[in-house]
Amino acid sequence: MSDKRYTTVSIPVELAEKIEKRIEGTGFHSISSYVTYVLRQVISSIEEDEKKEVFSKEDEEKVKERLRGLGYLE
Amino acid sequence: MISPHGGRLVNRVISPDLDDIRELEHVSIPEEMQGDLRNIGIGVFSPLEGFLSYNETESVLKEGRLPNGVAWTIPILLPVEKSTYPDEGSDVVLNETAVMHVEEVFTFDKKEAARSIFGTDSTDHPGVKRFLSLPDTFAGGKIDLLKNEREPFYNFNLEPKETRVLFKERKWRTVAGFQTRNPPHTGHENLQKTVLGLVDGIFINPLIGRKKPGDFTDSVILNSYKVMIDHYLPRDRAVLSILATEMRYAGPKEAVFHAICRKNFGCTHFIVGRDHAGVGNFYHPEAAIEVFDQYPDLGVKIISIRGDFFYCNVCKHLASERTCPHDEKDHINFSGTRIRELLREKKRPPDEIMRSEVFEALLQEEHPFVGE
Repeated sequence: MSDKRYTTVSIPVELAEKIEKRIEGTGFHSISSYVTYVLRQVISSIEEDEKKEVFSKEDEEKVKERLRGLGYLE
Repeated sequence: MISPHGGRLVNRVISPDLDDIRELEHVSIPEEMQGDLRNIGIGVFSPLEGFLSYNETESVLKEGRLPNGVAWTIPILLPVEKSTYPDEGSDVVLNETAVMHVEEVFTFDKKEAARSIFGTDSTDHPGVKRFLSLPDTFAGGKIDLLKNEREPFYNFNLEPKETRVLFKERKWRTVAGFQTRNPPHTGHENLQKTVLGLVDGIFINPLIGRKKPGDFTDSVILNSYKVMIDHYLPRDRAVLSILATEMRYAGPKEAVFHAICRKNFGCTHFIVGRDHAGVGNFYHPEAAIEVFDQYPDLGVKIISIRGDFFYCNVCKHLASERTCPHDEKDHINFSGTRIRELLREKKRPPDEIMRSEVFEALLQEEHPFVGE
């Protein structure tokens, strides 16, 4: 069995109605699945920005050097 | 740049204290699993940080997602023999290549799992046959990669962090990933050129690893693509690099898995054609396209190519049954079987089917097929 747990968050009814219309005819089966998707996108974007800071200029230069050595970059 | 799957590019390559490693228990795993060890370590399989646990495996099999809801369709498992069961909670060295932090050792119903992954438990299916032949026990837990080996195709073995820098340097905002396990015929070339009209660059990413007897060998695929790109694709808009993992022949589930791997390399788009990752008649030809309807949150856009390509003698160009009104007798088909037969007889296929330079590259190989 999967170990998935859920909790409830509140959003304005007007927003929920907008989402309901937006997901008609898409692969999203509920407002919850759409909201979960949007939040994941936002969080992963923030995490990606954080990660960019971790990948230092020095690391990037090493990668570019290897790519040039292999002929992938001029 | 597109975010890696799950939001973070995994990097579990470490430079350990060798004295510490020597003291750990050493466990042998099949050679063909080396590729997956590395794929976890360098982030091709992000967000996985190791081999799946029982709960993760169950979630992937039943829901096509990890327990946190992130899409994942092929369980990445480490089978272990009875004689080499590692202890739960221990650290072991796998093939001198990685340290595994063993979280649990578990079993599950492999036939039921086969039905979930492959849609069948028939051993006529090569993926099922291979899966059911694995030991019945599996070890789950994170790994740290000790050796980041790039051989046997050193010059064409880029990591996701490298392709991401490469795409950025080339100023590609959109990149289509192209999966292949065959040398290119003109149908492939036509498709790649069509897609290059839609995106900034194409990432040709042949799958290198264990395949079934009769398939083309890894070096044949790579060498023929080198020739094709050199002669017929704009070199500043195409990148060739391998993905080292075995073919599972799991059709739709494997198509999603392939898309996830290419997303981690930095692809914004992924090309899925007829019977992607299929074998025999086990899957509906469009099942691997339709499965993506269940994953609107995947993050990578799918370029779906429906129908079979052929050369039409009346149209005088490449076409498919969706675009050509003429009779079947006017068509020259891109039959992989036919190309294999011609290669065995060293007879050149028509130019409409395969570029002569590409076929010359195939002829250079003494043993072009797996198991021959």
